[in-house]
Amino acid sequence: MKRYDLIIVGAGPSGLSAAIEAAKRGLKVVVFDENEKPGGQLFKQIHKFFGSKEHKAKIRGFKIGEDLLKEADSVGVEVVLNATVCGMYQDREVTVRIGDGIHHYKGDAIIIATGAAENMVTFPGWTLPGVIGAGAAQTMMNLHGVKPGSKILMLGSGNVGLVVSFQLLQCGCEVVALVDAAPRVGGYGVHAAKVARTGVPFYLSHTIVEAEGEDHVTGVTIAEVDSSFKFIPGTEKHFDVDTICLAVGLSPMSQLLKMAGCKMEDNPKRGGQVPICDEYGRTSIPGVFVAGDVSGIEEASSAMIEGRMAGIAAAEYLGFIEKEELDTNLEELDSALDGLRQGMFAPKNRGKIPEKTDEGIDISMSLLKKGYVGDDEIERFPGVTRKAGIHPVIECTQNIPCNPCQDSCPKKCIKIGPNITALPAINEDNKCIGCGMCVASCSGQAIFLVDETYEEGYASITLPYEFLPLPVAGQKGIALGRDGKKVCEAEVISVKSAPAFDKTHLLTMKVPSEYVMKARFFKAEV
Amino acid sequence: MAMRIEEHPILGVQEKGRLVKFTFDGKEYEGHEGEPIAAALKASGVMIHRYTKKEHRPRGIFCAIGRCTDCVMIVNGKPNVRTCVTPLEEGMEVKTQYGVSDKPFDQQ
Repeated sequence: MKRYDLIIVGAGPSGLSAAIEAAKRGLKVVVFDENEKPGGQLFKQIHKFFGSKEHKAKIRGFKIGEDLLKEADSVGVEVVLNATVCGMYQDREVTVRIGDGIHHYKGDAIIIATGAAENMVTFPGWTLPGVIGAGAAQTMMNLHGVKPGSKILMLGSGNVGLVVSFQLLQCGCEVVALVDAAPRVGGYGVHAAKVARTGVPFYLSHTIVEAEGEDHVTGVTIAEVDSSFKFIPGTEKHFDVDTICLAVGLSPMSQLLKMAGCKMEDNPKRGGQVPICDEYGRTSIPGVFVAGDVSGIEEASSAMIEGRMAGIAAAEYLGFIEKEELDTNLEELDSALDGLRQGMFAPKNRGKIPEKTDEGIDISMSLLKKGYVGDDEIERFPGVTRKAGIHPVIECTQNIPCNPCQDSCPKKCIKIGPNITALPAINEDNKCIGCGMCVASCSGQAIFLVDETYEEGYASITLPYEFLPLPVAGQKGIALGRDGKKVCEAEVISVKSAPAFDKTHLLTMKVPSEYVMKARFFKAEV
Repeated sequence: MAMRIEEHPILGVQEKGRLVKFTFDGKEYEGHEGEPIAAALKASGVMIHRYTKKEHRPRGIFCAIGRCTDCVMIVNGKPNVRTCVTPLEEGMEVKTQYGVSDKPFDQQ
C-alpha cells in the first residue's frame, strides 16, 4: 500500500485546481484519472469562457486546460492516467485499477473530483447507431477531428445543447433543428442567439417521437408536447438526419462517495445524488472533500474555484497551513465564486422563470421560445443604442456573470459596473473608434459594431465570425436576421483577423440602411 | 474521408499520428495511429460496431468516452474492447462483434 498526503480522484478542472493549491502548500499529491489524457472535458471546450478576468473569461476552454496542466506540472503534481479508482473505503483508502492490476492507496485526505456523466432519454430507436450523446459529439469533433455526422438534430437547449450545436456548425455539420421538451430555452440566450442567427430552427415544447432507420439513423420524427409532456397528435415533423445528438443534462458521478459512506442527498437543484458538504467541499467524513460537478452540476469556471478551495481546505485539515491562512485564502475565492453564482442562471435560481432583468427590463420572450431576440424587443436593452457614426450594439439581454466587454474597450464605451451580471450599457459620452475589441471579446458573440451612416443609403455591420471558409472583401451574399432568415443582400467590406481576437474574425458587411438593426449574420451565396 | 475535419476555424489543422492500415471485418482500412479505433471507423463511415446478444440489435458509438460500452468490438481476437478509448495501431484486426463472438449469429 502506498501513502500520499492527498489523493485526488479526477484530473479535470476541479481536480487539477485542487492538486495545484495543495501541492503549492507542501502536500504530497497524486491525481488518478481513468482517461488517457488529463484535463477532463476542458479540451473539448473550444468556446470562450464567461465570467470576469479572475475567472479567465474570454479564454477558450482548451487553452485554460493547457495552462492548468502547465501549472500542475510546475508545482510537482503527480498525475496517474489510465487509472480507474474503483473503490473507496473507510479511513480514506482507495483501490485503483491500473492496467490489469488493482492497487491499494491510502491518503491522509481525499478529494473526489469525478465530475458528471451525461443523462439519457429513451424513445423508439434510441439505441440505433447514430444516436449519440452531446459529449460524444464534442469528443469526436474537437479531440479527434472527425465529424459526428452530416445532418444532425440536437435534443436539448441547455448550454451544452446550444454550445455543441454551434460547434457542430463550426466543423461543417448541418444542424437541422434544435429541439427541447421544455417550453423555454434552458441555456444562455446569447448561446441560443448565435445558433439561431445561422438559420437553425428551434422547436421548444417538442421532443423526439422516434428515431428511424433499420441499422442506423436515417431520420427522426419530433412532435409538440402539451404542458404535461404528452404528444399532441398532428404536430409531428420529420427530418432526414444521420445523427441525433442528446444533450439532456448531467448527473454527478458520486458513487465513490456513497460507497465510502458519505452522507448523501437527492437534490434536483444540484443534479441528483450528491454528497452533503459545506461550501469548501468538506463532506460528512473528516478528510474527504469534494469539488466540481460531483457536488452539484455547474460549469468549469466554478469547478476550478471549488477545486482550489478544496485543495486549500485539505491543506489546512492536514496541518500544512494555519486556520488564519485558510481564511485569507478562501476569502478571495469566495468572492470569485460568488461572482459566478449570480444572475438568472445561478444555481439558486434554477427552475425559476425570470420575467424581468435586474434592471427591470422585460425579458425577451422570443429569445426563450425561439432562440433569438425579436426585432421589436431588441431596442429596449441598454446595450442597444442608435446614433450616427460607428458604435457598438450589445445584444446581451439576460443577467449572466460576464464582463470582458467592459475591459476590452480602450475608450471605456461599455459599462457593466462592479456587479458582473449587470447588462452592459453604452457610455454615450465616450467615442467608439471602431477597433472591434469588444466584438472579439464577447464570449456570447453578442456584440456588433454598426455604422448607420457608412455611406449614402448603406450601413455597415461588423459581426463576430468563427466559420470556414472565411469570406473575403467584396464577396456578395445575404444578410440573415436574428431569426436566421434572409433580410437583404449584403456585401463583405472587410474581414479582420488578429492574434488579440483569438480566432474570432471580424466580418464587416454593407447592407441597406433600413436593415441596420435587423441584419446580424452573413451567409455566402452558394 | 469526408468525415475528417480538414481545417477547423478554431483548432486549425489538428495534429494526427501517421496513417496506418488496419482491417475491419477482413477489409483494409486506413486511420491515424493513436486515434481511437472508433474515430478511424467513423471517418470511414462505419456506423455499426456490434449486434446485441439477445435481440441482435445494432450498436455504434454512443458516449465516446469509454463509459457506455456500446462501441465494443473484437480487436485482435479479444472481444468487448471499447473502441472509443482504444488507440489504433498498425495492422490491428477489428471485427464486428455479434454477442461476444466474431461469427454472425447464423454461424454460431
